[in-house]
Order: sequence, then C-alpha cells, then structure tokens
Amino acid sequence: MATLTLENVQKSFGDTKVIHGVDIDVADGEFIVIVGPSGCGKSTLLRMVAGLEGVSGGEIRIGGKRVNEQEPMDRDIAMVFQNYALYPHMSVAENMGYGLKIAKTPKAEIAARVQEAATLLQLTPYLKRKPRELSGGQRQRVAMGRAIVRRPSVFLFDEPLSNLDAKLRVQMRLEIKQLQRKLGVTALYVTHDQVEAMTLADRMIVMNAGVADQIGAPLDVYADPATAFVAGFIGSPPTNFLPAARFGGAEGEMLGIRPEHLTLGAAGAGRIDGRAVSIEPLGAETLVHLRLEDGTAVTVRQEGTAELPAEGAEAGLSWATGEEMRFDDAGRRLR
Amino acid sequence: MEKRVIFKGIWLPLLLVAPQMLITAVFFFYPAGQAVWQSLFIPDPFGLSMQYVGLGNFEYLLSDPYYRASFLTTAVFSTLVTVVSMGVALYLAVLADRLIKGSGTYRTLLIWPYAVAPAVAGVLWMFMFNTRVGVITWYLGQLGYDWNHVLNGSEAMGLVVVASAWGRISYNFLFFLAGLQSIPRSVIEAAAIDGAHFWTRFRTIVFPLLSPTTFFLLVVNIVYAFFETFGVIHTITAGGPQQSTTILVYKVFADGFVGQDLGSSAAQSVILLLVVGALTVLQFKYVERKVHY
Repeated sequence: MATLTLENVQKSFGDTKVIHGVDIDVADGEFIVIVGPSGCGKSTLLRMVAGLEGVSGGEIRIGGKRVNEQEPMDRDIAMVFQNYALYPHMSVAENMGYGLKIAKTPKAEIAARVQEAATLLQLTPYLKRKPRELSGGQRQRVAMGRAIVRRPSVFLFDEPLSNLDAKLRVQMRLEIKQLQRKLGVTALYVTHDQVEAMTLADRMIVMNAGVADQIGAPLDVYADPATAFVAGFIGSPPTNFLPAARFGGAEGEMLGIRPEHLTLGAAGAGRIDGRAVSIEPLGAETLVHLRLEDGTAVTVRQEGTAELPAEGAEAGLSWATGEEMRFDDAGRRLR
Repeated sequence: MEKRVIFKGIWLPLLLVAPQMLITAVFFFYPAGQAVWQSLFIPDPFGLSMQYVGLGNFEYLLSDPYYRASFLTTAVFSTLVTVVSMGVALYLAVLADRLIKGSGTYRTLLIWPYAVAPAVAGVLWMFMFNTRVGVITWYLGQLGYDWNHVLNGSEAMGLVVVASAWGRISYNFLFFLAGLQSIPRSVIEAAAIDGAHFWTRFRTIVFPLLSPTTFFLLVVNIVYAFFETFGVIHTITAGGPQQSTTILVYKVFADGFVGQDLGSSAAQSVILLLVVGALTVLQFKYVERKVHY
C-alpha cells in the first residue's frame, strides 16, 4: 500500500519526445486507469513507473520515496503483462512463487501464500500444470496471482485483457476490480479500451500524443471533457463534431454534441437537416447515422421504441443549447 | 488441426523423394554396407584376394591397447571441444544479446571464423604454435614457458582442441544468439520485477528456455568433434605425439590408408558408426526429457 506520484515526468527516445511532462497524484488504494489510442505513450509511462524504461525528466515517487534510479525489483511493484509473460518451463505454483523464492522466503510460507492466492483466484486445481496447458483466462489469473503473492505496494497492469475474447474480458474486468478492492492495493492500469477505463477507474487519465489531456473520475470526464480529443475518445459512439460557425460561433471552432443529446424531428423543424444513411437497431437503443449537407457524419442515439426515419429520408436535428460543448481550433474547451 | 495435402497414387510421391533417397543410397548406404562387408575380411597387401575372418578384425581391435587408448582420447577430445566451443559461444552470445550499439559489426566479426575451412584453420594454429617459428611459441618462450606440442601430448591435445573449437564457436554463437533473441522480452522483464538479478535470471529463466538450442548444439557438436575435426588433427599433429591425439576417425584413416590394414579400418568405421548412433540415441532419450520446447 502506497501512494504514487508522477511529477512532470518526461521521456525521450533520442531526439523524439514521447511523453511531455505528466503529473499525477495517486492516493493509497486508488485505481487509476491510463487510457489512450496506440502510440500515445501510455505503455511507456507505465514501464517508466515499473523501472523498465529510464526517466528522461521529472520524478516518480512511490510511497513518497524517489524511485527514478531504482531497479524494478527495488520498487515494491508487481506488473501484469499483456502477453502474461509467464515462465513457460515452470508450473503454475512455481510461477507464482518465483519472486518469493528469489527473496529466499521459507518454503512453507511460499506454499501458504501461493495457496492463498490460488484460492482467491480459483486456481487451486491447476497449481501443478504448466502455462501451456491453461486457457487464456487461466493464464491471466496466474499472471495476477504472481503479482498478488508478492504483496506489492503498487499493481501495474499493461493492457492485461486485450488478448482475451469479449465475454471473458467482461468477466475478468469485474474480477480485477473486485480483487483490487479486496486487497486495497494502489493500481495503475493501462488500456486503449475506453469501456474498460470507464468501468474500472476511480479516476482516469486520458492520454493523447504524450500529454495527459484530462484526469478525473470517469463520469466527470465523460460529462465534461476538457478537449475535443477527450470528447471524441471517451464515449461510444463518439461525440459528434459540427462546425460552430453555422450556429453563431467563430470560424474554426467546433461544436461537440453527444449522440444521446440529439433528437430527430421532421425535416426543416430542427436546427439543421441531415439525410439518414443507415440505421442500427440494437434493441434497447437505436443508432441513426446521418450525413449533413456539407458531408459531416452525425450519429444519433435514441430509445429503441422511438420513431425511426426511413433510410435516405431527410430529418431535422435538434438539441438543447446547454448540451453543447464548444472547442477552439486547437481542440481546447471553451467555457 | 493440421491440414495435409493428400496425393493419390504412389508414383508421384516416390518420384519426389527419389533424389534424396538416391543420394542417401549412393553416399551412405552403399559405403556403410561396404564397410560392414569388408570388416569381415582381411585383404592381402596388394588387394588381390580377401580372406574371410568372421569377427576376427573386431576381436583383434578390442584387445588392442592402442585402439582402446584411442577411445579415451576421443572421449577427452570431443568433451573438451564441445564444452569449450559451446561455453565460449554462449558467453559471447549473451554479451552480444545485451549489446545495442555496434551489435551488427560485432556479430559479423564473430561469424567470420566459421567461413575458414578446418584444414586452413589447422594450418593457421599450427604456424602460430610452431615449435620453431610460431609467434605464440616465441612469446611463451619469453615468459619462460617451453611450448612443444610435437613432444608433449597434453600440449598437442590442448592445441587441437582449441583449433577445432575455434571455428565452431561462430556456428554455436549464431544458434545461441537466435535462441536468446527468441525468448520474449516480457518474460525477462517479469523476472526482473520479481527480483531476479542478471545471473539469477540467466540461471533460472534464460538457460532453461534456451535448452532446445543447447540440446541441438550438443548433438551437432559431438558429431562434429567425432568426424569433422580430422582436417585439424591431420594438419597440426597427424595424431601424434605417440598417438596422443589419435581420435577414432583419425585412426580409421591412419590404419586404413597409411597402414594399409583395410579390414581393421573397415571394422573401426563400423564401431565408430555404432558409437555415434548410440550416443545420439542416448542423448535423445535422456537429455531431451529435460528440454522444454
């Protein structure tokens, strides 16, 4: 259990700067998710915290202690890798006990702690098996077991669910959350999946091109995005962007409106007209994709019971002015 | 599920494997059969007639102290060559694997010795250690050590081992390096986070994961030490002094082509064939079990 602090952390590979100064204060026991598209530097940031990448600038503190120069093993962290990184020649029990064995923990204690973690993760029947004899979900559990057994102060997760199928991902997501709550360990979790970020995080960090665009509780970030990038990245289907000049804004400004805030009406009756190009009924809700006169694509999300326009028909779009989000030409939110 | 293409009929498959079978038949089955056949006879010195002696050649060989000594020489020689060439290669590969800058140059230079033919390598080492004009012999003399592999059996053995292992290091290095690079980085990183320092990681993670490569090289290197080192030994020591570097394959040559005892030479080939066959079977049976693929 410890706090984790990143202060103006920077990373360069040669002349290329990939992380431009990130500040985060993680409270003890907090679950933080770093989310962003591939190449935004989120994994690099995590690896810097783990000590697998050097820190080019700034400071990382775990439990208030500067760890920039420390080896991974001295940082009191555990990491779960995307490909699990299990030791293929060791049994599940040996995999989980490896760290303790190296720390010269007495054999009886290793066995007890492995047993405890195995019970928690429902791995008891598999302790003697090799990783190749396990399914993806089981391997994932072993990787988590290996992290738990060492009782670290910080858990690091590097896209741990991206190799699992959709159904298993949802299940493991719940398990990770419950486990972290039960153990009360500070966790830093990297993902490109905004649904994972929304559901797991106490607070999330949305990263874009090496910069932390916004840090906050998932619902706050969703309701009040700080940049056009965050508005577009968080939420599915993404926020619609319309040129603000048509609605009394300055040239270059954009207007962001979430799909659920748009309503469809008769052509000419709304604030702007669009042609319905395709309709996706999902049961409880329906997504209507429209194209405006200038070619902008707009998505409307409405109740499954609401009336639908015919494909190819013109429809009027309206929204409450209070739901509008205005962004300047650099993507910053205007308030 | 593995998908297999199934051909109908027997002629096309036969035709396709025929070239390989032909080569094996001409260059392996026929000579091996000839060796087995000849090992049962003693030909006269002019090769005009042969006398059937049954297993007489084998009986004579196994009671011959020189032949038995040659077995021991071969065991010592092949063990040393294998251990030295694999050990040095693994050490260099581990270093090259850690290298980031200049690794291309380093690797290329390390691979060069493999291109040198064994006989040429033998001549190279022979001149360096020549008892009269050798550079290294001269330096050793300056240090007060009198190197003379022509008279000293241990020095002769040392020299042929080093010369044989030297060219082999490159080959082993290539395989070890490829093996090291196929170990996922994240596994090494996980071990580092688990608290394992370099040497512990090597002992508990890297070396076990490298075992398929090590096993393969073990088999290949022992076969190399048994057969292909002939050129090196022939150029440097010619089996001497006092047969101290006469390994089995060299004795086949010395007794058969120099000594003209073709029956005994053929019998030795047969024994050599059996020894290498048995060694390989043994390795696959016992060592392979401990290998993690």
